[in-house]
Amino acid sequence: MGKQVDARGLSCPQPVILAKKAIDEGNFPVEVTVDTVTSRENVRRMAENGGCRVRVEEAADEFKLIITR
Amino acid sequence: MRTRITLFFASRPGIILAGAVIGILAALLQKAGNPPNMGICVACFERDIAGALGLHRAAFVQYIRPEIIGFVLGSLIAALLFREFKARAGSAPIVRFVLGILAMIGALAFLGCPWRALLRLAGGDLNAITGLAGLSAGIFIGVLFLKSGYTLGKSNKTYPSAGWIMPVIMMILFLLLVFRPKFGEAGALFFSEKGPGSMHAPVFLSLLAGLFIGFLAQRTRFCTMGSLRDVMLMKDFHLASGVAALLIAASIVNFTLGAVRFGFSPQPVAHGAHLWNFLGMALAGLAFTLAGGCPGRQLFLAGEGDGDAAIFALGMVVGAGISHNFNLAGKPDGVVAGVVNAGGLPVEGMIAVAAGLAICAAIGFSMRENV
Repeated sequence: MGKQVDARGLSCPQPVILAKKAIDEGNFPVEVTVDTVTSRENVRRMAENGGCRVRVEEAADEFKLIITR
Repeated sequence: MRTRITLFFASRPGIILAGAVIGILAALLQKAGNPPNMGICVACFERDIAGALGLHRAAFVQYIRPEIIGFVLGSLIAALLFREFKARAGSAPIVRFVLGILAMIGALAFLGCPWRALLRLAGGDLNAITGLAGLSAGIFIGVLFLKSGYTLGKSNKTYPSAGWIMPVIMMILFLLLVFRPKFGEAGALFFSEKGPGSMHAPVFLSLLAGLFIGFLAQRTRFCTMGSLRDVMLMKDFHLASGVAALLIAASIVNFTLGAVRFGFSPQPVAHGAHLWNFLGMALAGLAFTLAGGCPGRQLFLAGEGDGDAAIFALGMVVGAGISHNFNLAGKPDGVVAGVVNAGGLPVEGMIAVAAGLAICAAIGFSMRENV
């Protein structure tokens, strides 16, 4: 279950748009992979403003945001 | 410690602080010698650099602006200190180059980028209102494209040295500014003796202000276009609060210094052709949105290793050359013996702005993925 979003290499604001779409679909947990700190912050802010919880896993040069309701 | 600083800059107070500092420094740079209502204008300053290099020969607007150099290098320093320097490139560079050219043509029709539009308003220039309205309209159209799946595709990680190219270009520009070598009898470099290009704060002040703003903006992701886009796209007022802080801070400093004069004409380096102020900024706003950042933000991204943003910025420099060589730029109002001599946009500029909007629309429609 859940939904995976690969937003690596995408420029602003596409990671946020893709993540928001996945959240709106409601298949939790939504896992969003990004590769810049900016995208990590933007996706996290959007998700938290929308009442979701966000956990971040950091791996080599990448961040995986696990978003749950 | 590093994490705590990062968290602060990502917070609401962080972005407000950055906006306020930019507003204050911009107003003070005007006091220190930069042209009126042009303490910082990314488009104008890139245009001045293009002029200094001889890419256009408009004699009034030629100077290597240290603020631009500082923006890139300040962002580079912040990115290195916080381990965010990341060389990346390859997301439709030719499209970004063209968007840079079009953004500059639009901005120079209005005579300013979004940063200067705010500073013009803070100085009482009411033409900025039509400009900002146009900017909003352009961003709104861009948001519609984004919602319908517009994307320029993914960038790829590349060699660190590739990420250093833009910072090195800036270092070379700085050396050219300091040593001012002459290349041939009538060759570059060119420095204005009259007009806006001749007006500038002391080099070290400009550079320091640029470095400081570059540092803050890299940490906070300050972006004028993004501020409106995020409000329209998801009612997120984070970046908008920073932009509002810039406007308020610059207004307060201007009032304190007695530098506010409300009205439409004459205003410094501005014209009152409302329709073209609106459409010029609409073109710029649309191009910024399709490219993912305002001209300042593109410089900050270039400083942290984003080669695609660097291409956009270089597109803007080339766009300045095209704009002035082909008579596309707005003509400011002038005052001759107490009589206002109204400026405006030449017919060539009108055609270019209309064509630019059509090209942006073609890019927006034809570069969509099914989301």
